[in-house]
Amino acid sequence: MRRFLLAIYALLIVVPLIVIVGGSFKTTADLFASPFGLPTRPTLDNYTNVLEKQDLLRVLGNSILVVAVSVPVTLLLGSLVAFAVARLPRWPSRILFGTFALGLAVPAQAVMIPQYVQFDRLGLRNSLTGLMLINVVVTLPVAVFILSGFMRTLPGELFEAAEIDGAGAWAAYRRIAVPVSAPSLAATAIFLVVMHWNDLLYPLLFIDDPGKRTLPLALLDFQGEYLTEYPLLFTGVVVASLPMVLAYAFLQRHFVAGITAGAVKG
Amino acid sequence: MRSSRTLYLFAAPALVLYGGFFLLPAVQGLRYATTDWDGYSSTFHDVGAANLTDVVTDDDLFRHALTNNLKFLLVVVLGQTALALLLAVLLAARSRGSTWLRALFFLPTILSSVSVAFIWKFVYDPNFGLANALLRAVGLGRFESSYLGNESTAILWVAVAQIWFHAGQMMVVYIAGINQIPDELYDAARTDGAGRWQQFRHVTWPMVAPATALVVAYTTLQSFKAFDLILGLAGNPPRSGLDVLATRIYSTFANSQLGYAAAESIVFMVAIALVTFLQNRAARMVHG
Repeated sequence: MRRFLLAIYALLIVVPLIVIVGGSFKTTADLFASPFGLPTRPTLDNYTNVLEKQDLLRVLGNSILVVAVSVPVTLLLGSLVAFAVARLPRWPSRILFGTFALGLAVPAQAVMIPQYVQFDRLGLRNSLTGLMLINVVVTLPVAVFILSGFMRTLPGELFEAAEIDGAGAWAAYRRIAVPVSAPSLAATAIFLVVMHWNDLLYPLLFIDDPGKRTLPLALLDFQGEYLTEYPLLFTGVVVASLPMVLAYAFLQRHFVAGITAGAVKG
Repeated sequence: MRSSRTLYLFAAPALVLYGGFFLLPAVQGLRYATTDWDGYSSTFHDVGAANLTDVVTDDDLFRHALTNNLKFLLVVVLGQTALALLLAVLLAARSRGSTWLRALFFLPTILSSVSVAFIWKFVYDPNFGLANALLRAVGLGRFESSYLGNESTAILWVAVAQIWFHAGQMMVVYIAGINQIPDELYDAARTDGAGRWQQFRHVTWPMVAPATALVVAYTTLQSFKAFDLILGLAGNPPRSGLDVLATRIYSTFANSQLGYAAAESIVFMVAIALVTFLQNRAARMVHG
């Protein structure tokens, strides 16, 4: 019974994924004729079509650029706050933490409209810089939550030694807090990469220029254009997911730890 | 204290960004909600609480989206929680096979919502889709359905896709909970002659109560945010059968009714707070 149930669910996960990957090498007619079968006449047309006509290489570059900036910045700022939360006296620490925790309860859809107005006025809309900034702002609360959860468990003596040495708080942060928190930072980093990489809401809201789209937004545009040309939709799915899936294959344990920490705390 | 001052400096950059681009807009949203601003004109009128009262009392589209949201919430919370717990119970024991399956079941979580939406769009395609093909293959062709094409049940099929998307993530939370249960409790139950079901009923279920509370709370918030999945499955803007609060707010906003959309956002926030509150009450009643 146990084996049977697990096998059923495993098929429910695997079969659609195989159909997607296989379908990205098929023509629409072939896909409809045999969705489950291997491609009988494999074609790369979908890939050339998607990468060239849809400018998906550029879109991929945009996504990489945004994540490459927004994740390290969120980590740096979030870990500095977490360090302050761990080291400040009781009440200031609680207030600081509570301010950020407030952001966890507010879904983005509830603040996106005034944010749109604000970014528009500042000329930050329709720009990758604006996307990076909003990613940082929106995920800071979660980063602070995960990281201070960890840093608060570290014994104070650990830092006091460094501070008494006359090295100050900065040295205590850099030489002690950061290295000791490495596993927690790694988990947070992965959580942030997945969040920023997959975000659709803000690109949809902010980006008008097709050359500045990120992957989820470009993918959504496919839908209008290709309606039921599934092989092209599938190719988009493969291109958008491959980097994450590859990273997951190698860093699986960290992914699970990071995303679960984000879920539990976020 | 000197070192405290440095610590405030540490927190300052994050506070400035978060305060300026999150807290400040949140407050500005309250102001916009009392106007008829379209989002780009230089002038607008103050309408007081008219937007808010309209949203609550006199807006069929909004009420419809709220109903869809609650249906979606109910199915996802019950279905996903039950499935996550079942998978966790089946996979809690460590073995090579269970490690592999955990990794596999978690996999959909790392995909983007739009990708998951496209996968399920094909599953549900009435003519060429996997679901109907499967039904025909096992001789159940009479149950073929148009899935998303059916206005009154479309949202439930989206809920199924959402469960496929995130059940593995919640399974991990449950596995952590189950692994904390001391073996002695199961030993004692077995000595008392408890079978598999009774062990689950009297040991596992009460002992994972904290995990259940967490899973339900998170799933609730997550299903209120199911915006990308719906846009990916239903197109932008979605048809009314698939409209939920988040997509409704977005459509109103895209329709140049910025003030009104801001008012809808406020009601959206209150709805989430209310559901969370009721859940906490219910959880306390169930677990004493």
